[in-house]
Amino acid sequence: MTDFFKMHFFVPLAAVLGLMAMAYFGAQAHLEWVFGVAAPYLSILLFFEGFLYKIVQWARSPVPFRIPTTCGQNYSLPWIERKLPDKLDNPNKFSEVVGRMALEVLAFRSLFRNTRTELRKHPDFPEGQKLVHWSYKWLWLGAIAFHYAFLLVILRHLRFFSEPVWGFVQRLETVDGFVQFYVPTVYLTGVALVAALLYLLYRRLANPYLRYLSLAADYFPLFLILGIALTGITLRYFFRTDITAVKQLAMGLVTLHPVVPAGISPLFYVHLFLVSVLFAYFPFSKLMHLPGVFLSPTRNLANNNRQRVHINPWNYPVKFHTYMDQENEYREAMIEAGIPVEIPLAAPAEEEK
Amino acid sequence: MAKVPKPQELAKVNYQPPAKGWMDVKPEFRPGTFVNAAQPKWLEMVNYPYPRAWAVTDEDWKLPENWKEIILQGMEDRLNRFRSLKLFFDICVRCGACADKCHFFLGTGDPKNMPVMRAELLRSVYKRYFKPAGKILGELAGARDLTEDVIKEWFSYLHQCTECRRCSVFCPYGIDMADMTILGRELLSSIGINIEWAMASVASCYTKGSHIGATPQAFKDMIDFLAEENERITGIATPVTYNRKGAEILFITPSGDYFADPGSYTMMGYLLLFKYLDLDYTMSTYAAEGGNFGYFISHEMGKRLNMKMYEEAKRLGVKWILGGECGHMWRVCNQYMGTFYGESPKFLEVPKSPITGTVFEHARAHKMVHISEFTADLIHHNKLKFDVSRNAHIKLTFHDSCNPARAMGIYEEPRYIIRNVLPEGHFFEMPPNTIREKTFCCGAGTALNSDEFMETRMKGGFPRANAVRYVHEKYGVNHLGCICALDRATLPPLMQYWVPEVDVTGITELVGNALVFPDEIERTTDLRDRPLVGFEEAEGEEEAE
Repeated sequence: MTDFFKMHFFVPLAAVLGLMAMAYFGAQAHLEWVFGVAAPYLSILLFFEGFLYKIVQWARSPVPFRIPTTCGQNYSLPWIERKLPDKLDNPNKFSEVVGRMALEVLAFRSLFRNTRTELRKHPDFPEGQKLVHWSYKWLWLGAIAFHYAFLLVILRHLRFFSEPVWGFVQRLETVDGFVQFYVPTVYLTGVALVAALLYLLYRRLANPYLRYLSLAADYFPLFLILGIALTGITLRYFFRTDITAVKQLAMGLVTLHPVVPAGISPLFYVHLFLVSVLFAYFPFSKLMHLPGVFLSPTRNLANNNRQRVHINPWNYPVKFHTYMDQENEYREAMIEAGIPVEIPLAAPAEEEK
Repeated sequence: MAKVPKPQELAKVNYQPPAKGWMDVKPEFRPGTFVNAAQPKWLEMVNYPYPRAWAVTDEDWKLPENWKEIILQGMEDRLNRFRSLKLFFDICVRCGACADKCHFFLGTGDPKNMPVMRAELLRSVYKRYFKPAGKILGELAGARDLTEDVIKEWFSYLHQCTECRRCSVFCPYGIDMADMTILGRELLSSIGINIEWAMASVASCYTKGSHIGATPQAFKDMIDFLAEENERITGIATPVTYNRKGAEILFITPSGDYFADPGSYTMMGYLLLFKYLDLDYTMSTYAAEGGNFGYFISHEMGKRLNMKMYEEAKRLGVKWILGGECGHMWRVCNQYMGTFYGESPKFLEVPKSPITGTVFEHARAHKMVHISEFTADLIHHNKLKFDVSRNAHIKLTFHDSCNPARAMGIYEEPRYIIRNVLPEGHFFEMPPNTIREKTFCCGAGTALNSDEFMETRMKGGFPRANAVRYVHEKYGVNHLGCICALDRATLPPLMQYWVPEVDVTGITELVGNALVFPDEIERTTDLRDRPLVGFEEAEGEEEAE
């Protein structure tokens, strides 16, 4: 275990545990207003402000060149067939770009392409080794399970912020709890979320290269979201708190008439505080890949440079060697070699007469 | 030159990251694994800053006094100019999907060759000087001070990236290491750190006309010689005109095609094809280079070289430009040329094939057509007569060159041509995860094809070679085809090292072999003077006589 790994792994772990302790003991010390009202409001403020600020920051830099990564046959001769995958992986039109982005954002298309390469002993080859490449979908599966489970969990939580509870939220709960296991019914998304998070954490630790490159900024969000999920699950299944009071608190927050009802367990404040930290942390972290992917110039541009010139707003004239520079240097030799020139060698004076 | 270990040694890649954290591992410069520093004379020729004599193995790289300021200012400028850089710095989640996609990582096992780490080498400095978290938390935020060792590290690893974009295909956010490598190399160049092979080529191209530094008369000599070779082998004269005003088409191809084998055979193929069509074309001594090593130094240098193409087309009054088989040339032509120029050149017309009448609508703004598109269109319209048996000695696999594949998407045209010029059953694809958008680099693109770098080249090319090995063993493949002049320079040594049974060929060379002229002499050899199938004995007898 290198010191580098220790620092980047244990500091965020300690940080998340510390945040949890802060909220737990804070709530017990009757700081409910701090953790139940001030922190959520502040974090939402930071979230929106930071989120917008970051996007504006990105948008202020232009995209000087149109550089899509092309992963399918380009649009060229009319009889060369471009199948749907070609159009989606090498878009030529705006509509195809929309398709490519939709696949990327909703289905993690590029991760789906993931392969794994391994060096294996292969005595049949003179060099004795063979690289084997195969399709490797686990990372895709882990990522998609995590993101969709998290999204559904967030949507389910709208139950606390709507009165009467919106219909789609109720339907979502029914679907999510269809296995009818345990009381209260276990939500599959909760299980999937924790399982996916554990996988994502596991791979960072188990793969020596990933462990080598992972930073605190990679472990911190994992620990944080894991903390949120585990406290949430605990609150729902094991140490239940007064759910009516929680709803009262939540409705108070969204209606801008914050109240702190009595009877909410400190564990709930831990849960809520971690969520607040996540929101506040979001815009300043790698989690900004959420809006960022939409702006990625290798994905969101059509490969149509040869049909439409892309304008670089800071394009500037450059010094280049002109044809005349070349001819002036090599005129005699060029004439001797029979290469046409612009200015013939100075003719003898007599000829002009 | 350092001796390259045997393939059996090199293939035993050690995939075990070092015990120390990456910030504490300093770059090592061992002969065979680094590219040489550029001599000052080349920098002076193109007015590049801080020309000086230095060597990579020197302790002191003689950086300008205010090098740190220059780098940080340069980084800030580039952050303001390239959204890609800002975004790619900010959104990487270090998921590692790119790691085992890089040929240099697969070949060296060095963790800093994982694209994610290579980016992190730059990103750590960005965090330290441009992000509050990095300024406050330092190493904990993955930030580190900019030191001379960091510069050396950048030099090492930005020159173990061939800007092939394979990582970008697999990145869930499309982070393109190629783009970051270009910008990183620009930063190095701004403090006078350039590599010899790139800078020498650029300065030669800038002042003389082509990377190989051929003068106009030498350029003509080389091509005339290949035309004579054509006549000797086929009986068909294929004369070329130079700088001819009023020609319909300006043909531009990389110097690799007329400079050395096996590119020269592709050049012979072009000349035969054009003669067959009686094409009204000319070649230029000024726009004599299709390739663009300037692009491997900076966007600006890329533009300074690229300008010649349109400028010369304008001077000669041609209608459109035809481009030869080349990889990075076509990345520049496809993704940068129009933008460099700022508009669609009005003095050119939308390309139209004088033979088939096809209007190349897809190139209507760029006004430049790829030779594979041009040839595929001819074949599709039945304008070429082939005798495929002349390629019967060839069992081919096709290497998608990185740039035409991932920065353009020209996959089908070369394959269409191949199927038409080879006998049935002579074309074999390499495994699907190693071709098309997932193709592996030759290991020596972006001006890393210098001899002093041979050991790392052979490592970087290992994934490509290993896939060739596979089809060689399985199907008896003996030729590796490509539409890239740089490939034709870098793949032969790679094959010689890993799969010596396989030769490298351009696609138009195969066209030249198969083209049947009405008045040709009986062909007993291909363009390389190798006996055709059925003529092996005749050759032998002649020699016996």
